Amino acid sequence: MVPLMLLVLTLSGCSRNKETLYVYNWGDYIDESVLGEFEKETGIKVVYDTFATNEDMYVKIKSGGSQYDLIFPSDYMITRMRDEGMLEKINLANIPNFKYIDDRFKGQDYDPKNEYSVPYMWGTVGILYNTTMVDDPVDSWDILWNPKYSKQIIMLDSQREAIGVALLRLGYSINTTDVDQLNEAAELLKQQKPLVLAYALDEAKDKMVAGEAALALVWSGEALYAMDENPDLDYAIPDEGTNLWFDGMAIPKGAKNKEAAEKFIDFLCRTEIAFRNADYTGYATPHTEARKLLDPEILNNKAAYPDEEDLVNAEVFVSLGEVLRDYDRIWTEVKAY
Amino acid sequence: MTRSKAMLPYVVWMALFIVVPLFLVVYYAFTHTSFNGAELTFANFQRVFQPIYLKVLARSLKLAVISTVICLLLGYPVALVMAGNAFSRKSTIMLLFVIPMWMNFLLRTYAWLTLLERNGALNQLLTRIGLPALNILYTDYAVVLGMVYNFLPFMILPIYSVLSKIDQGVIEAASDLGANKFVVFMRVILPLSLPGVVSGITMVFMPALTTFVISRLLGGGQYTLVGNLIEQQFLVVGDWGFGSAISMVMIILILISMAVMSFFEKSEEGATLW
Amino acid sequence: MVKFLQRTYVYLIFAFLYAPIAVLIVLSFNASRSRGTWGGFTLQWYVELFQDRVIMSSLYTTLLIGITSAVIATVIGTAAAIGIHNSRGWQKKLVMNITYIPVLNPEIVTGISLMILFVFSKVQFGYLTLLLAHITFNIPYVILSVLPKLRQLKNNLYEAALDLGAEPWYAFWRVILPEIMPGVITGLLLAFTLSIDDFVVSFFTTGSGVSTLSITVYSMARRGINPKLNALSTIMFTAVLLLLLIVNLRQAREEKKGRRDNEQEKGFRIIGTVDAAGVDSEWVQSQ
Repeated sequence: MVPLMLLVLTLSGCSRNKETLYVYNWGDYIDESVLGEFEKETGIKVVYDTFATNEDMYVKIKSGGSQYDLIFPSDYMITRMRDEGMLEKINLANIPNFKYIDDRFKGQDYDPKNEYSVPYMWGTVGILYNTTMVDDPVDSWDILWNPKYSKQIIMLDSQREAIGVALLRLGYSINTTDVDQLNEAAELLKQQKPLVLAYALDEAKDKMVAGEAALALVWSGEALYAMDENPDLDYAIPDEGTNLWFDGMAIPKGAKNKEAAEKFIDFLCRTEIAFRNADYTGYATPHTEARKLLDPEILNNKAAYPDEEDLVNAEVFVSLGEVLRDYDRIWTEVKAY
Repeated sequence: MTRSKAMLPYVVWMALFIVVPLFLVVYYAFTHTSFNGAELTFANFQRVFQPIYLKVLARSLKLAVISTVICLLLGYPVALVMAGNAFSRKSTIMLLFVIPMWMNFLLRTYAWLTLLERNGALNQLLTRIGLPALNILYTDYAVVLGMVYNFLPFMILPIYSVLSKIDQGVIEAASDLGANKFVVFMRVILPLSLPGVVSGITMVFMPALTTFVISRLLGGGQYTLVGNLIEQQFLVVGDWGFGSAISMVMIILILISMAVMSFFEKSEEGATLW
Repeated sequence: MVKFLQRTYVYLIFAFLYAPIAVLIVLSFNASRSRGTWGGFTLQWYVELFQDRVIMSSLYTTLLIGITSAVIATVIGTAAAIGIHNSRGWQKKLVMNITYIPVLNPEIVTGISLMILFVFSKVQFGYLTLLLAHITFNIPYVILSVLPKLRQLKNNLYEAALDLGAEPWYAFWRVILPEIMPGVITGLLLAFTLSIDDFVVSFFTTGSGVSTLSITVYSMARRGINPKLNALSTIMFTAVLLLLLIVNLRQAREEKKGRRDNEQEKGFRIIGTVDAAGVDSEWVQSQ
């Protein structure tokens, strides 16, 4: 037993000699061959770990038990981590390829001067629907409350998105901190509950592909993937507006190898690399040149690259702090209803 | 009693990795942790007893009890058969009960989705042989099924390991004294196997109470169970105090009910043969 | 007839347990990335699997931690069970109640509280913390598996051995251990199973660069589980079955030989096989 313990101990302690970059990203969110290329080119070893949600990642970084040099938080999480002093400023001078990032996506509210983050992917939230099962126009969130589609609707099992949709339908901001507006949204979600087949996350797209449901609230990347598998599916962003989201690259406070992290960000912003990642993940890249290399079919797909006018009413989530408890309370109410 | 010293390494381990973390939970439960500091409070416990959260707790208890009972009803006969002579190569067959659990839990649960869907594998099979389709996905039935599926081996194994070594002489003695099979089972085998049953129930009931993935995937996330609630407090809301308070209340409730159970168990032990 | 019914019942339970595994195997050959549709037969996922360094390294970690933690937990847990069995009164009650806590505590609470503990004690997160956490949640299952066997033991067995002049250690090794072996093996199996399947506790107690298979699978949940993992499951499953088959064939051959030699050694057949069955279970014959 003792030799085994020693082995484990040495294993955990030995890999620190060579220059190493610790990267923490969403699962299956990169073309992995890119990592090897970076290693070959720079001689920096990449240790690559993955997480499932912003919150999982946040708790890990906050605890201080892990040491990553580069993380991939979403918009509101970038704000939250910045406000809590958990992020290092990025030196954009070390990232010449930042110039390729579409100006539309620079200086968003969650990081106004792009001091702390560089956009990696972006997208929207919308309705994925089966054209053979839905004959009404899908242009409003109202359709998710239409009794005609009872038990054929899949909602996102995610507090902010689900409550956000109800708020949008009521004409409120998805970042509201007004408790009355939230209670109204709660009532709306309770009304909707009998019509809902399931509250799902990633399973939603497989269900839509299989034709098990008619309408689903999904993230745009999911929609693209599902439409690829089943041509009957289409994606729409309702007129009331949507949630525009970004996953960015950021450097956590105290990162041991900030330089390598910046090198890696720059590497990911290269046209060819950005193209390969966008092509592999199927998510929309904010990289102007990489986009031009994509299959025109994807470029014309509104799920991946919506028109400007679709995004007029789009809002990005902001970090809510204590008000989140109200969101949680009403979500529990809806679920316990 | 020198043999009681054998638990020393465990006691040290337990103190370090169970008791110390437990104090952390207690600490959080009694403090209001916000994004800017902590203060002593009982508010977390008051909140646990609000009707909406009690409803969540009651629902979770109900599903866990049902799943445990079904596991026992399905698992005990398996253990009994396996302890008998219907199979040779028992060790292999016992292992076969565990092997499915070595495949990733999430993948297996997704596979159940594929099986149970409206046009899923199970319904295609049923309609082909002329039976009515079964639509249990996203109901409590599916949640219970998922729990039974995932925890059944934890019921079978401990019962089997006890049954497999029950002293044959005792049973023969009982039969010699004229007891029929049913009486032998009720009066001899069942009481002797009780320690295994108790272990099995513990290992099924408690995880069933706090699982959150099964209810989210197979129940369609329709209802929050206590596991989901606690998970949300720790991850989404960042309200560690409330999360800790819920789990503390739950632990205390269960320890009390186990104390009551062991009281009854003890009085029953007097009736067993040793 | 009774035997036939008994067998049918066990086979039905097996069908229940293995149905999802069959689905996984079929899906590992599905050309479509989606679970929802059949896109034709492919071996693509198997090819990609072996090029995926994240999956391969997490497989290694999973097995390493699974085996190490199960073995250590079994040793500590078995000793603990013997200790608990032989203690009385408040001590016993206290230890038992605390033993229930890791089983009872929601995984997320265990995971986060262990994480905080490790942060305070300044241990570097990685294999060591992961191993410690896994042993911690494994031990109670070992204790719960071994205790019933101890309660079944004839009280005076150990004393009888001592009276006959056996050293205490020898008495334990030759008299007690063979008797409780099925419980110990059950505990070992359950511990290994729990360890390789755990996600929540592992996630919060591991460090950068150390990832288990469960962590890799769960982290894919937002984007959809990559079918490579179905391929991996299929390979793992086939490997375990093959191993089991080989061990069984060898055992069968040895038993044949053994019967000729009229060998009587019962308790020590565990080496190389997982003999949860124990030996003398002919008691049902009398039914």
